[in-house]
Amino acid sequence: MTGRAEQGGPETVRPSRSGARQASPGRIRLKRAGMMALRTLGSLAVTFLGLLIITFLIGRVLPIDPVLAAVGDRAPADVYDRVYHEMGLHLPLYQQFFDYVMRVFQGDFGTSVLTSRPVLDDIVRVFPATLELATIATILGVLLGVPMGVLAAVHRGRWPDHCVRVLGLFGYSLPVFWLGLVGLLLFYMKLDWVGGPGRLDAAMEDFFEPVTGLILVDALLQGDMEVFRNAVSHITLPAALLAYFSLAYIARMTRSFMLEQLAQEYVLTARVKGVSEARVIWRHALGNVMVPLITVIALSYAHLLEGSVLTETVFAWPGLGSYITSSLLNADMNAVLGGTIIVGGVFIGINLLSDLLYRLFDPRARR
Amino acid sequence: MRKYLAGAALGTVLAMTPYGLALADTPKDTLVMAFAIDDIISLDPGEAFEISTGEYTGNTYDRLVAFDIKDVSKLRGTLAESWTVSDDALTYTFKMRKGVKFASGNPVTAEDAAFSLQRAVILNKSPAFILTQFGLTPDNVKDKVKAVDADTLVFQVDKPYAPSFVLNCLTATVASVVDKVEVMKHEKNGDFGNEWLKTNYAGTGAYALRQWKPGESLSLVANENYWGEKPKLKRVLIRQVKESASQQLLLEKGDVDIARNLEADQLKTAKTNANLHLVSAPKGTVWYVGLNQKNQYLQKPEVRKALKYLVDYDGIANVIMAGRATKHQTFLPNGFLGASNDTPYALDVAKAKDLLKQAGLENGFKATIDTRNVTMTTQIAQSLQSTFAQAGVQLEIIPGDGKQVLTKYRARNHDITMFQWGADYQDPHTNAETFASNPDNSDEGKVKTLAWRNAWDIPDLTKITAANLMERDSAKRAAVYQDLQKTILENSPFIIMFQETEVAVARKNVKNLVLGPSFDTNLYAGVSKD
Repeated sequence: MTGRAEQGGPETVRPSRSGARQASPGRIRLKRAGMMALRTLGSLAVTFLGLLIITFLIGRVLPIDPVLAAVGDRAPADVYDRVYHEMGLHLPLYQQFFDYVMRVFQGDFGTSVLTSRPVLDDIVRVFPATLELATIATILGVLLGVPMGVLAAVHRGRWPDHCVRVLGLFGYSLPVFWLGLVGLLLFYMKLDWVGGPGRLDAAMEDFFEPVTGLILVDALLQGDMEVFRNAVSHITLPAALLAYFSLAYIARMTRSFMLEQLAQEYVLTARVKGVSEARVIWRHALGNVMVPLITVIALSYAHLLEGSVLTETVFAWPGLGSYITSSLLNADMNAVLGGTIIVGGVFIGINLLSDLLYRLFDPRARR
Repeated sequence: MRKYLAGAALGTVLAMTPYGLALADTPKDTLVMAFAIDDIISLDPGEAFEISTGEYTGNTYDRLVAFDIKDVSKLRGTLAESWTVSDDALTYTFKMRKGVKFASGNPVTAEDAAFSLQRAVILNKSPAFILTQFGLTPDNVKDKVKAVDADTLVFQVDKPYAPSFVLNCLTATVASVVDKVEVMKHEKNGDFGNEWLKTNYAGTGAYALRQWKPGESLSLVANENYWGEKPKLKRVLIRQVKESASQQLLLEKGDVDIARNLEADQLKTAKTNANLHLVSAPKGTVWYVGLNQKNQYLQKPEVRKALKYLVDYDGIANVIMAGRATKHQTFLPNGFLGASNDTPYALDVAKAKDLLKQAGLENGFKATIDTRNVTMTTQIAQSLQSTFAQAGVQLEIIPGDGKQVLTKYRARNHDITMFQWGADYQDPHTNAETFASNPDNSDEGKVKTLAWRNAWDIPDLTKITAANLMERDSAKRAAVYQDLQKTILENSPFIIMFQETEVAVARKNVKNLVLGPSFDTNLYAGVSKD
């Protein structure tokens, strides 16, 4: 981009139609970039506000009394009434919402009723667990899913294709909860290949002081290979499980994108010109598939980053999914809204990231 | 690109290969438990009122007095060495045990005890009613509860209650003695250190808090300054594992020493496993079905009685609950003063049909039952559905999450519901008050006892229940509770079915885990590992 700007774009040579004083090209670009940024910020603000309004309303229409989570079932009437007022539930809905948004703008997400801690602290604690799991799962899903999809497309209708499709079908239809338990039974109980539920062995967990919350990274930073190996053994199974669901989706989409590309004339032309089959498939066709594939991968990653409640439950994984779900079931609205903001932020961040990647893979997007 | 991809793939596969991962057993000096502890909200004894926090407080704090877990009618001094009750039963004087220190090293004085009780009343959190029912208010508590010298605490009540009632209430975790010096160091905006104590510790118990990671674990370490017999194990690590199947796997593999929330079928498997053994204890919790008296059918006495004959008590206890409960039909659990073991009801469809006919409902009727969507509760509801149907009562099950069902119940919007009721403290009044008392049956009624929730208007029983609190003769008090139980058994809209048994499954090498009658008497101090 900057290279083009230095060389001077087409605007620099075009004379001004109006004859008015011409702004310098740099300023025009700056103005455009500014407008873009403003527009993006504007749509971000609207998206977040919409997200918050909907989540807030859902929380309020849930047939769950939010005071119960705070004081329990046995609290006498005066305690109940006091907390009801403390939580601002006597105020009109719009005012409760307004107060909440104002506090968020000041960086105060409030305190979670369920953990008695600031919501932000809670999220800083649970999100790395989910991030670690989702990232490894997505890397695995892409590394295996894309080649599988390509193979299936190339060998369409033959056994590699059938294998990938059956595998994909299982990935779609098997309940994650069941598969998780079966995985634990086999690989943890019987074969002893992996660690059990939890992020580390119990004894280690109590003494390991995380810094970033990403245990694998922390263990490496602290040079503690024993903890690192233990963390790997614990994350292997849940990550593999989520990777399986993610690869089923990625492989299926890759297959269908590739089929479309392989039917294009440029593929035929390349083959006629004597380009090797591997180059045609892996370079030309896959190269063109990358753009839509990035969207698929980004969506799958974002989905995993929301936290998978069932996987987290089976593997006693203290992640974002369990946190938001248990908060919602207790009408702990500060925690739910805080979690929603994070999930929303993740979605928007990943979208922006995939936009950037488009530019990298698609020359047209660079113009 | 290809080379890079292949390298990355290989690298990842290698990194994920579980080399050298032979998993060790739990450390010898540490008790590791898998336990659903996600109900913990606060670790401040003046505020905590959940099952898990009851157990935590029981192991980490002491009260002035405690009951004997083998015979709950016997009280003994813990932080108080002795006590006297004035002739008018309005003043209790406690002599503090000498030489006791908090985990912090500070000495325990009567001032700490007074401060702890005062602070619980002034903070007025959920469990405070256990103390405020003696006429203590934030305004008068500093006069009513005070240290007259370093060793003497005076506790004054507003009416001549049965001393057993007052003392039983003082065994509750809300009456735990906290370290005044330590707590007040962390006071903010007059909160008596509540914000700090929610996640920290200032007690005298056998174990002290090391750290609490919400949603992950609770870890305890032996209190070096403990005044009683020192705990055998240095540490206790309680790991949050919600899923019972995961708990079972961790236990069988030896990665935890004890699993606390196994389901009935998992308990059956555990019984046959030579590496495991079961520890169980009846708890002060009863399972009951509540029949809303606002419902035109359920308010008929014959219908209430008919439904009591339409429960397969033995089948549910033996098959669905298998070891997790025993048949029990009165509102006082075994172990409480005056508890009755009467079980006059059994599944008797003919008798139920006859009663329904007397009520003019020979063709039955339709009703809904709200239940929590957890395995055992759902299975019991299904059993009720099938036995009720035998007499023409069509039951529609409405499953919901715990708080959702509770919200509906507290708004009296249900037909039928099924819940557990656990005693708040070790005195019969806690259950009598909820099952046999309803001071104001209007929708605006502030005291939401179970009788109120089921819209059962019982002015006479309410008076008897209140009066019995003043009965200083324990035998007479027990006799009144027996009468109350009989009445409730006969007429009430409560089908009380079971008394819960808590079952923990431990590895064979784990010895002396104590499960007491209440959650705060599940004690770890004596536990050892071979």
